[in-house]
Amino acid sequence: MPYTTTISIFVSLCLLVTAYFWGVKRAIATKRSQTALSTQVKFHSLPGFHGAYVAIWCAIPSLVLFVAWQTLRPNFLPQWLAQDMAGLVLLISAGILGLFFAQKRIASRFKARHKVETAFSLVMLLSSLVAVFTTFGVVVSLVFETMRFFSKVSVSEFLFGLHWSPQIALRADQVASSGSFGAVSIFAGTLLITAIAMLIAVPIGLFSAIYMSEYATPKFRTWAKPLLEILAGIPTVVYGFFAALTIAPFMRNWGFELGLEISSESAMAAGLVMGVMIIPFVSSLSDDVINAVPQTLRDGSAALGATKSETIRLVLLPAALPGIVSSVLLATSRAIGETMIVVMAAGLAANLTANPFQAVTTVTVQILTLLVGDQEFDSPKTLAAFALGFVLFLLTLGLNILALKIVNKYREKYD
Amino acid sequence: MINTLLEENHMQENSILRAKYAAKNLDVYYADKQALFGINLDIMENQVTSLIGPSGCGKSTLLRCLNRMNDVIDICSVKGSIRLDGQDIYDDGIDVVELRARVGMVFQKPNPFPKSIYDNVAYGPKIHGMIDQKSDADEIVETSLKKAGLWQEVKDRLAAPGTGLSGGQQQRLCIARAIAVNPEVILMDEPCSALDPIATAIIEQLIDELKQKFTIVIVTHSMQQAARVSQKTAFFHLGSLVEFGDTDQIFTNPQNQQTQDYITGRYG
Ligand SMILES: Nc1ncnc2c1ncn2[C@@H]1O[C@H](COP(=O)(O)OP(=O)(O)OP(=O)(O)O)[C@@H](O)[C@H]1O
Ligand SMILES: [Mg+2]
Repeated sequence: MPYTTTISIFVSLCLLVTAYFWGVKRAIATKRSQTALSTQVKFHSLPGFHGAYVAIWCAIPSLVLFVAWQTLRPNFLPQWLAQDMAGLVLLISAGILGLFFAQKRIASRFKARHKVETAFSLVMLLSSLVAVFTTFGVVVSLVFETMRFFSKVSVSEFLFGLHWSPQIALRADQVASSGSFGAVSIFAGTLLITAIAMLIAVPIGLFSAIYMSEYATPKFRTWAKPLLEILAGIPTVVYGFFAALTIAPFMRNWGFELGLEISSESAMAAGLVMGVMIIPFVSSLSDDVINAVPQTLRDGSAALGATKSETIRLVLLPAALPGIVSSVLLATSRAIGETMIVVMAAGLAANLTANPFQAVTTVTVQILTLLVGDQEFDSPKTLAAFALGFVLFLLTLGLNILALKIVNKYREKYD
Repeated sequence: MINTLLEENHMQENSILRAKYAAKNLDVYYADKQALFGINLDIMENQVTSLIGPSGCGKSTLLRCLNRMNDVIDICSVKGSIRLDGQDIYDDGIDVVELRARVGMVFQKPNPFPKSIYDNVAYGPKIHGMIDQKSDADEIVETSLKKAGLWQEVKDRLAAPGTGLSGGQQQRLCIARAIAVNPEVILMDEPCSALDPIATAIIEQLIDELKQKFTIVIVTHSMQQAARVSQKTAFFHLGSLVEFGDTDQIFTNPQNQQTQDYITGRYG
């Protein structure tokens, strides 16, 4: 039956609602009958908790059974049990069994309130475990594939080689069949673009944060701040074509008039636009931490005869420094991981250059180009993407750890 | 009657003491709400003047007028005049930053900067250009901390963060910080309300010593404290100055029934 999944979801929902109201009703009935006997009896939990308890007992067994059935079905179950109908029946009967078991326990002393509490804390634990296990899985697969790559290409070639041309010939007898995987130029390109972006984003972001938190009127702040944060919500591909179609030609013409050779794809164009994109990452968080500095410190400084800018420079910024540094580091990891803008505005050529007006490429862009199109999954070319990804992961992880360290170090000192 | 009494007071005192501050018909508003009504008050040089009264009566508001800390609050507006050494501090030509350097302030909750003890004290002198070389700073820090009675406790850990001190020590650090810029007046808004009796006693003694050099205005909720440290007491109620006079007289022989009720604890 094609709609079995839909039907079973619908049926389970109905069952859940029924279970809840059944529980509530039973609890109320029990309460009535007991208080009728004696006024001494105090009902421990509100009827709603009994309802929730019954509903939980209805949901969990059927959920567990359903997951087990789904995983065992393809290989381990006999034909008659593997049918869709069988699953539906299992689901419903487990739910009903749970329901009956739970509603029998409803009594004046029964601590449904605490049971529901436990159940919810378990749900929350499970949710957080999903995130943890996903991260873990991604890291393991990265490490694994990276090791496979390094069994084909030596670590030193990858880390110190200057030549990057990962294209491998389709036939073994073609020339240059091996490809070469010196990633230095890619790392350098990443560094160059990130540096340009941060040079734009840090001062502008910081100054706008200071203006927003210390100088702007509340009215200006209420509309300017969301507006600034919209910058972060613009899809990066939009930034990308803005960089490629507006900034880059503009820069080339401008360079031409000054007698400079600026290629139409350049690190500068990508870095500039990326810098604008990450301004809100710096400003928003910095604004929050500057705002979080207690008003009493501003008053204390003002009462000593300090001007506003002296207060900002000598009291607020030092106090907010850990937060500001971590916002900058987070923005840096964002810049390092950015792909779209670079693909569109900085080019694909792995040039080793410090000239920001030439085309360069970055780690993320290379990962993208390595994996676009049909791939063999064990060629060094494909595996190189994992190695690059692994380096990227280590880099951003390192930055984030550093950010945390700085925050913690100063927090100890100041609080 | 109060006014004649005030007049008498002035005449007695004026032979020895000079009025540092003179407030005339001072009205203060927060937006449309009036917080102070026609305050006339003289604050004598080298005396401790305490402001008492029930919560919300405008003591802090008056105190914040004296160094124009009210400027920070957008909705606050001030009418009338306050003269400091004869000059109206609400005049257009007044440099607020300079005024605040002349009038130090200690807040209810100790608010040391998240800097070292040394830097906390050196902060004011540094921004006011009182320091030419390192030895100047060292000297100012040492004398200020000594005057604030904190030197013995912190002289071996001047580089430690000021926020790491105890509450009472922090408050004395804030006093040292205020003294360091060499002000003429020190305003204190319930400086002991967060402190235990021992720390309070230390600070009260300090206030007594400081009045040799500075004019001090202190807001307090403790009758005993007002009686112990101040020479003049002003009692406020609902934004008006009800009674003002010598502390001894206010506490032994108040002229106004409200004052009497308040200081005897009968105030409802
Ligand atoms: N920032 C402000 N905005 C609006 N109204 C204020 C502000 N500060 C004080 N007020 C009002 O002004 C009046 C006087 O307040 P003030 O803080 O001067 O009282 P206070 O005598 O210091 O009281 P307390 O003993 O509780 O500190 C109060 O009615 C208060 O609500
Ligand atoms: Mg107050």
